[in-house]
Amino acid sequence: MTLKSFLAAGAFVAASAVAMPAIAGETLDAVRDRGELRCGVNTGLAGFSNPDSEGNWQGLDVDVCKAIAASILGDADAVSYTPLTAQQRFTALQSGEVDVLSRNTTWTLTRDTSLGLHFAPITFYDGQGFMVRKELGVESVHDLDGATICVQPGTTTELNLADFFRANEMDFEPVVIEDFEEVNAAYFAGRCDAYTTDSSGLASVRSTAPDPTAHMILPEIISKEPLGPAVRQGDDEFFNIVKWVVYALIEAEEYGVNSENLEEMRETSENPGIKRLLGAEPGMGEHLDLEEDWAYNAIEAVGNYGEIFERNVGPDTDLGLERGINGLWTDGGLMYAMPVR
Amino acid sequence: MTVPTGVETNRTGVAALWHDPQARSIIYQAVALGLVILAGWYLFSNTLQNLEERNISTGFGFLDRSAGFSISESLVSYEASDTYGRAFLVGLLNTLQVALLGIILATILGTIVGILRLSTNWLVAKLASAYVEILRNIPVLLQLFVWYGVITITLPSPRQAFEPMPGVFLSNRGFMIPAPVDDPVHGYMGIALLLAILLSLALRAWARRRQNRTGLQFPVFPCSLAMILALPIIAWMVGGAPVVFELPILEGFNFQGGITLSPEFGALLLGLTTYTSAFIAEIVRGGILGVDHGQTEAAASLGLRRVRVLRFIVLPQALRLIVPPTTSQYLNLTKNSSLAVAIGYPDLVSVGNTTLNQTGQAIEAVTIFMTVYLSFSLAISVFMNWYNSRIALVER
Ligand SMILES: N[C@@H](CCC(=O)N[C@@H](CS)C(=O)NCC(=O)O)C(=O)O
Repeated sequence: MTLKSFLAAGAFVAASAVAMPAIAGETLDAVRDRGELRCGVNTGLAGFSNPDSEGNWQGLDVDVCKAIAASILGDADAVSYTPLTAQQRFTALQSGEVDVLSRNTTWTLTRDTSLGLHFAPITFYDGQGFMVRKELGVESVHDLDGATICVQPGTTTELNLADFFRANEMDFEPVVIEDFEEVNAAYFAGRCDAYTTDSSGLASVRSTAPDPTAHMILPEIISKEPLGPAVRQGDDEFFNIVKWVVYALIEAEEYGVNSENLEEMRETSENPGIKRLLGAEPGMGEHLDLEEDWAYNAIEAVGNYGEIFERNVGPDTDLGLERGINGLWTDGGLMYAMPVR
Repeated sequence: MTVPTGVETNRTGVAALWHDPQARSIIYQAVALGLVILAGWYLFSNTLQNLEERNISTGFGFLDRSAGFSISESLVSYEASDTYGRAFLVGLLNTLQVALLGIILATILGTIVGILRLSTNWLVAKLASAYVEILRNIPVLLQLFVWYGVITITLPSPRQAFEPMPGVFLSNRGFMIPAPVDDPVHGYMGIALLLAILLSLALRAWARRRQNRTGLQFPVFPCSLAMILALPIIAWMVGGAPVVFELPILEGFNFQGGITLSPEFGALLLGLTTYTSAFIAEIVRGGILGVDHGQTEAAASLGLRRVRVLRFIVLPQALRLIVPPTTSQYLNLTKNSSLAVAIGYPDLVSVGNTTLNQTGQAIEAVTIFMTVYLSFSLAISVFMNWYNSRIALVER
């Protein structure tokens, strides 16, 4: 991992030195020529991006990759996944190693402005939490004064942690390990009293614990972590595609279009919105420089946003997360698609 | 006078220059240098242009900005509100600390194992070879993981810490020992130690002169050792023998007070030391074997004792063979210390990677890494070359 991040940085340095300036449209052309979308994902975070026992990538972030590939190439399996640690992810995107980064990445001002990235719409609204061993008898984050806390470097998590303890005049000792497996192992071995990351990540890490019931997630959420896919700046066409694929998934849920009734809806629906979305009424695809069935293909492959959520992280999965703020705006959540028209 | 005839004399200006071998070689070199500079400039300006087009920040201005992340251990004071520049300094000092200690320990350990491998005792020699072969042939990164795992998994939690001696604790949070509470006497002890070292050096010079004059020997080493141990202790007793120690005490989650050796530092130091010592052991063994056996026999027939044969005949000659390859082991150890990231010791690369990621300034961070490691390596090389030339055989 170490070597890899170093190589990624090196490759980026080399790429910056010789690469041609980005030309709008080049990413889409490259994806089409290659017949494959290159997607940067997590090294293995259950529910978000994790290879199953047969090596097929699964998860919410992975489904976003699949939806984009289906929209562009008509084939949700035409994706090559690059697992990236928090440290490697931005250089991998900047250097062109991946076309899109779909890896529980928080949208912040600094990342948006100084890393040369554009964030597409949020696919998961998250917040940072803490997990502790139950035997410690800790009830609240405010009991953690003096604790040793495991955290991954290069994350917003690491920064929020320092901010939070400073603001509350508490002390802590960080144990900062880049590799996800290693940092989890350190926590489970008792090197740390607490483990902190996005609360979705906590649920995921806890589900992989030797004994999940021995650990509890503290009630406090100390930050906002809007997670969404990111692309390179300088290619507006591709940015638009990623942006609108995400919106299409959400809009489909708003319209009640799902992977099962999709075909029927395209044939029979009289709702002009649905007709535009599914390409029964042409135009939208053309604006994006895609086929008219772009959204149809995406929804056919992975379902609408609600289906993606339920399948990967919902109450029936190991993570068991409620929709909460990730519900549709019409249900009091934050998921709100800009109109596809 | 006869005018020399020949083609050369008729050439003037550029042609003459071209046919002058010396001038020609200068021209070639100038052209080559020019091309290198041009290529460098092309890469540099193109990089800047590309970064700008991609809206990626450049420049070293970020070093003055607040870092915002915490670092677990530091030789100088550091808080999350300090700058990225200071964070780099913390990482650099941590790298220096582990590299320096690692080099000293690996040298001692390597020398011992190397000599043991030559032992006439079968078991000792075989154990030493097993040590060398095992450690040398397993990738050092794996060894670090093993050490780290051993420390964090096998040791108990702080609440159940081992206490081998009162005030000394061993747990998966590290190794805690009492710290002497600041006292003016410590300063005097330091002065006494310095004095003892100076006296030892003087004693050695005197003993050497006396031996040259009279042939009489003086036990310099035991005397120096006695002084170095005794003088600080005397200073301490004269100062009223203060025995105030700050004991590590379990408070809340962890031990407070005392001196802590973290598992990360411990695992890294252990891993680097043992790995490198295996290579040094081989170098030492090779160096000793490289000294012609006739030398030992000749020395023995002069009636020198074994230790003296080693000290005065074999080692000085072996060192010439040992020092250059050992230098490259020192360089390796220093560079391998960057594997610290894997087990969470905040060395230069670990802190730098975090900075790189938080600021996105890959090129700047990588430049800092390269500059620092290059300087370390050059410094080690210069020192070792100086040492090597000092111990080189002087032909008489
Ligand atoms: N959302 C945060 C944190 C993202 C993050 O890297 N989280 C960790 C902990 S859940 C993770 O995904 N690690 C998996 C890996 O390194 O592959 C950010 O963007 O900085």
